Amino acid sequence: MTAPATAEALSVSPPATSRRRARDGWRRLARVGESTPATVGVLIILFWLAVAALAPLLAPYPPNATDLAALAHPTPSRAHWLGTDHLGRDLLSRLAWGARPVLVIAPLAVLGATALGCLLGLAAGYHRRWIDLVLTRACDIVLSFPVIILYMIILTTFGSSAWNIVGVLTLTKAPIIARIVRGMTLELRECEYVAAAKMRGESALYIMVVEILPNARGPLIVDMCLRTGYNIIIIGVLGFLGIGLPPPDPDWGGMVKDTYGMMSVWPHMALVPCAAISSLVIGFNLLAVGLRELGLRD
Amino acid sequence: MTDAPLLEFRDVGIAYATRAGEVPVIPALSFRVSAGEAMGLVGESGCGKSTVALSIVRYLGRAGRLVRGRILFEGRDLATLDDEELRAVRGRRIAMVYQDPMASLNPVMTVGRQLMEVPMIHEGVGAATAHARAIEMLREVNLSDPEAVMARYPHQLSGGQQQRIVIAMALIAEPALLVMDEPTTGLDVTVEAAVLDLVRELRRRRRTAILFISHNLGTVVRVCDRIGVMYRGELVEEGSIRQIFTDPRHPYTRGLLDCLPVLGRDKRYAPLVPIPGQLEPALSRPPGCGFAARCIHVDRARCTSAPIPLLPRDGARGHRVACVRATELAPWARRRAEGTAADAAVVSDPVISTQRLGKVYHARSGLFGAGRAAVRALRDVDVVAVRGQTLAIVGESGCGKSTLAKVLTGIEVATDGHVTLDGAEIGRLGVDGRSRELRRKLQMVFQNPDSTLNPSHTVGYAISRALRRLRDRAPADPSAGVARLLEVVKLAPQMAARKPRQLSGGEKQRVAIARALAGDPDVIVADEPVSALDVSVQATIVNLLAELQAARGTTLVFISHDLAVVRYLADHVAVMYLGAVVEFGRVASVFAPPYHPYTEALLSAVPVPDPDRQYARILLEGAVPRASERLRGCPFATRCPRKLGAVCDDTPPPVQRLPGGHHIACHIPTAELETLQTALVEPSREER
Repeated sequence: MTAPATAEALSVSPPATSRRRARDGWRRLARVGESTPATVGVLIILFWLAVAALAPLLAPYPPNATDLAALAHPTPSRAHWLGTDHLGRDLLSRLAWGARPVLVIAPLAVLGATALGCLLGLAAGYHRRWIDLVLTRACDIVLSFPVIILYMIILTTFGSSAWNIVGVLTLTKAPIIARIVRGMTLELRECEYVAAAKMRGESALYIMVVEILPNARGPLIVDMCLRTGYNIIIIGVLGFLGIGLPPPDPDWGGMVKDTYGMMSVWPHMALVPCAAISSLVIGFNLLAVGLRELGLRD
Repeated sequence: MTDAPLLEFRDVGIAYATRAGEVPVIPALSFRVSAGEAMGLVGESGCGKSTVALSIVRYLGRAGRLVRGRILFEGRDLATLDDEELRAVRGRRIAMVYQDPMASLNPVMTVGRQLMEVPMIHEGVGAATAHARAIEMLREVNLSDPEAVMARYPHQLSGGQQQRIVIAMALIAEPALLVMDEPTTGLDVTVEAAVLDLVRELRRRRRTAILFISHNLGTVVRVCDRIGVMYRGELVEEGSIRQIFTDPRHPYTRGLLDCLPVLGRDKRYAPLVPIPGQLEPALSRPPGCGFAARCIHVDRARCTSAPIPLLPRDGARGHRVACVRATELAPWARRRAEGTAADAAVVSDPVISTQRLGKVYHARSGLFGAGRAAVRALRDVDVVAVRGQTLAIVGESGCGKSTLAKVLTGIEVATDGHVTLDGAEIGRLGVDGRSRELRRKLQMVFQNPDSTLNPSHTVGYAISRALRRLRDRAPADPSAGVARLLEVVKLAPQMAARKPRQLSGGEKQRVAIARALAGDPDVIVADEPVSALDVSVQATIVNLLAELQAARGTTLVFISHDLAVVRYLADHVAVMYLGAVVEFGRVASVFAPPYHPYTEALLSAVPVPDPDRQYARILLEGAVPRASERLRGCPFATRCPRKLGAVCDDTPPPVQRLPGGHHIACHIPTAELETLQTALVEPSREER
């Protein structure tokens, strides 16, 4: 690895804070290697990221191109390594292109939910009293809805697009994050360093964002990883229900929907995208498990 | 002395596997405990005491490993026992009591069932027998109404009661050896005294051998026959209580004795002498004496060349020392206060004072906070802090001292009465409403070193942020300001880049003091700043506070439950009980008769590190009651050993004023109190 070597070289020169910070960041990233589940998780995620990034190079055919000749024998062959679907579209190409929307939408939705959740959770936990009451009740109401029905209502009303899916996932997942952050804020606000900040006359916003939030990051990062995995499942479900990304562009959930009727004849058509979804979810879960393990070790 | 020891460490070495490699925490340790004997192990945090305790019952965990030697218990090598045999030894023959009683008790089981489990599992007795034994055991640990206690859950008991239950649970199987790891750390002085007395009494009655581990020589002396002083995993001195306390031969033992605040020591006449430097991690072991780097008597050529063996001293049986200069050192003398404490300044220039200060908390209960129970945390508190001097607030936990600190600093606001700072009323001003100037004038140092600094921020950020917020003009070069403040609290400027988890408890507390000093405050409120620290570290912090006060003229409001530290540091003392000040005055007059019966009880509970002196002890029953009860008479009436009768319950005690601003709130006339109390041995008076 060259990273530690460069980090060492940097430390010889007069330590600039930004450089030191970069070095600390590297060191922290390098620690992921200490946990086997985290390493495996990162490798799986990196694999799919590479596939998504290199889709134009990897995919042997355009994703929506149909090969009528293959329709008779859609099973894996030399021309189509993973076979084709019921319309003769190359599964490998669709899989590679389909990795793109998933890997953009799921993390984006998690970031959105985390930002919104932190905001709500911090405000509720720090101010308590009626703000807490109103915010937690609002979150409870969102959480008490059967989410699938909520998704159907919203996405059929506003139309199904990548942005709408991100929005829906943000709204429905933020209350869960808010609960976690609120619980930690209630605990952390009693810390003596928060009292010390108040004695310096810091604003409530400063205390929430600078004093409290950084100390909640450990569980939050773990939760973000898990949440990304869940989001990938939901995106698949939405695709399967037909309210995911609009066809004909490849979408893993949609690929399952189109072909599950042919399970008994050509199982590979549905199983290939299913395996892709599972492996990516497992990757994020393993990373979360590993990060939790590393966090406990500190 | 019996020939066959009960427990013997024979050349034991223990190492922990860490990311940096295997660390030899205990290089080679040998000692023995005879049947029925009480041995104390003393040393600073990180010296390996607890590792010793854990190794006895093979609780070292995955990282710890016995690398050499043998641990023999009743002649058997503990390392050779299989799991079944080990289980029989643990609990049955060896019992352990740890520091935190709550962690040793199962929160979802009644204490009765937990107690009964021990004989039922280890001896296979029936439930009825176990029940009878449990009741008897509870009686033996002085818990009143054992039947009722049996039915309670751990959280329904006070800390002192919990620790008694843990001790009862340890002794119910009648073990041959009781290992106690800091059993009284974290308890109030009065509770600590009661628990130590109990241990001593039980030991006399049952002839159980005890291995007592503590960082405080003052507690060990109350329980033990022999003491082993540990430094960096090695025994540096071992001997009887008398040998260690009257003729300590190792410089480290002397250091531990010199940094112990004793009643009668005073910042002006007998300063505490902290041990220079700090315990280094055991990563590397240079040849020779591990203490050499911090030793004031070091002789580099002899001390650091070859390993120093633990050798018996001539003419002193059982006294062993690991020091090449052991015989050369001059006889040790306890530092005593010289001269009498001159009552220098009469109350002249009050900086911060309270007038009939009250604080009521409304605890919400029921739906929508309908049923409101009021808790009076402070009632009619009148105290004064004089410019450049120290006002100490003392009392047990729950007496309202921390609430007073919070009201003074504005974290809470008063509900009655006034707080005056430099003539201005601030009692109703919460921190948010205070001006920058006011916040600069009044800063606070907190109790818990682990929570006082934000773990996500560097030391430099914590201090520079305080500089920016509290100074009128932001300093041109913040890092220079940080370095200057770090220098004031005697830390290296490089510390600025560290995160709190890379600091020791004492260092964290020094950073917290530096942060409080950023605005050059007039008053610092320190809420138990040293109670979570080792004695040796405590001495450095206490000295630092005294020095800062002398150099800067800062007024200190020092909140503590440790009367020895208060005696050392304070100029004025306010003794609080149940939210009320029961006695207030100059330190010398509060610590001499006549005193309030509560002050008397607190004083008698202070551990005295002197084997020759035994005090008439006043034991307080029970814990501080809840402050919510309607109180008509004296707050202390329910626990007062000198209670007169109904008058104490029904009539508020009169405030009796004595010369020098000393006042006592008690029904007993001060003249009578004085005659009653002078009869007892009184430490501070005799010391002087």
